[in-house]
Amino acid sequence: MIGKVIKYSLKNINTDLIIPARYLVNSDPDFLAQHCMEDLDRDFVEKVKKKNYQILVADSNFGCGSSREQAPSAIKASGIKCIIAPSFARIFFRNAINIGLPIIEFSDIGKLKTDDNLNIQFEEGLIKNTSTAEEFQIIKQPSFLQQIILAGGLINFARKQIE
Amino acid sequence: MGLTITEKILRDHCQNKKAVAGDFIMAEIDKCLANDITAPIAIEVFEKVVEDSKAEVFDSSKIILIPDHFTPNKDVASAAQCKILRDFATKYNIKNYFEVGRGGIEHCLIPEKGLVQPGEVFIGADSHTCTYGALGAFSTGVGSTDLGVAMALGKCWLKIPESIRFIYSGKLDEWVSGKDLILYTIAKIGVDGATYKAMEFTGEIIKNLPMADRFTMCNMAIEAGGKSGIIELDKITTSYLESSNQLKHSFYSSDKDAQYYDTINIECSNIEPQIALPHSPDNVKPVSEVHNMKIELDQVVIGSCTNGRLADLKNAARILENRKINKKLRCIIIPGTQDIFLRAMEKGYIESFINAGAIVSTPTCGPCLGGHMGILAEGEKALSTTNRNFQGRMGHVNSEVYLSNPVVAAASAIKGYITSPENI
Repeated sequence: MIGKVIKYSLKNINTDLIIPARYLVNSDPDFLAQHCMEDLDRDFVEKVKKKNYQILVADSNFGCGSSREQAPSAIKASGIKCIIAPSFARIFFRNAINIGLPIIEFSDIGKLKTDDNLNIQFEEGLIKNTSTAEEFQIIKQPSFLQQIILAGGLINFARKQIE
Repeated sequence: MGLTITEKILRDHCQNKKAVAGDFIMAEIDKCLANDITAPIAIEVFEKVVEDSKAEVFDSSKIILIPDHFTPNKDVASAAQCKILRDFATKYNIKNYFEVGRGGIEHCLIPEKGLVQPGEVFIGADSHTCTYGALGAFSTGVGSTDLGVAMALGKCWLKIPESIRFIYSGKLDEWVSGKDLILYTIAKIGVDGATYKAMEFTGEIIKNLPMADRFTMCNMAIEAGGKSGIIELDKITTSYLESSNQLKHSFYSSDKDAQYYDTINIECSNIEPQIALPHSPDNVKPVSEVHNMKIELDQVVIGSCTNGRLADLKNAARILENRKINKKLRCIIIPGTQDIFLRAMEKGYIESFINAGAIVSTPTCGPCLGGHMGILAEGEKALSTTNRNFQGRMGHVNSEVYLSNPVVAAASAIKGYITSPENI
């Protein structure tokens, strides 16, 4: 995939910052997306739309806190197509895999900045920063998780099991 | 090579009889749980999974649905969410649906109802599902899609976690509880110190720690990023299970030569009650230090899945009996379940709370996550026995939440600022 980076150099961006509980009375991803990250950056949604950001880069332990799947759903519905961080909180990690939102564990986030254009080649395990002409190897997800990712998420994976 | 308790439980719940830490498995689950925030999405997922087949729920007695977060329904939108659970429970004859008035906060209610047993694999679409490790079960928080799929297949994908062993030794101060041990531990390793790992709590201190404190410790494993917290079955667990007429399940323990990711020794004799300062559960200081900061409070909350059990209310009542809540603040006390509420009433705790000037609420997660029943205004400060103090967690984005044990919360409610029970 090809996309432009929006970056928050903050550790432990928690699920309350991603989608505050006050909005969890409605599960519609498009509604949730309107309030995505608003307690961290009021202009997040507008920036993503206006500048067509598709890759969210953040520091370690991204998505810590609650199990709310509304967090990765809101990010996905806001237009973000991939998240890159040195590490993810474990429930956020599995939720992202389950809903088919690609996430990449990559520790050298200092090499990526807002407005950089990236070409991410999942099969090759490669991030190309076309703005700086740098290339980075990434560790591919284990084959078990690849099956869920390739199925497009856990729902399709489970439907195949039932068949 | 030996195995940890977590490896043994998970190996016995999957096809791969050689599975060890690091392996991915499709675990057969004993129970699964969702609440009014996570179940609506899980139900939608379930319907999508089964729509073209004749499949039903995998076992209507193993699914637990508890509306507890925004209940009693705080508005029309939350009422609609709860109705989805109720309708689903009726349609699929879900035996363990707990209506408002007959239930309570999920992680207080489930052990009370005997719905989790030692040696089981329990998943819940709520991050604090790790609570039941206190009973020697493998229990962990998952997402709504996981839960929806589990309701159809009775299975959940898991990576068997490596374990970190914590060994607690020494002697506990009178006012120090499981809450203080876990806050101290989180501060020591950080909010991502146990990410993807099982936290195995052991040592002399744990052997003598009451059940309520064990639930509190396992409950907050997630605040260190942990996949689960777990404590081996012993006399205290057995007597808890027997007292509530619950049958004993499989007994598991870690082998002496089990492989641990890390072993951390914690000497507890000099540990004071701990306070987590804004905006992170690992931003912890001893209460004596926080006392000197004279942090004036607008609100105190005693309750939640972390500290809403009868023993917690007993400890709070010990401080609040025949005393008055400080005029400058409001104190909100929330028994974890209807049964806890009733027993606290019989024991006179509720009367002490009301006479002191506290409000006693029906069981709800309400204020813990900034849902309802105690939202903070801009600039307000609360001391709470809950589990998270993220920015804006209890209300306005510029409000502050401090975390403590119930006796410190009660003492601070009297004084008006964060202080130790020693000072009243």
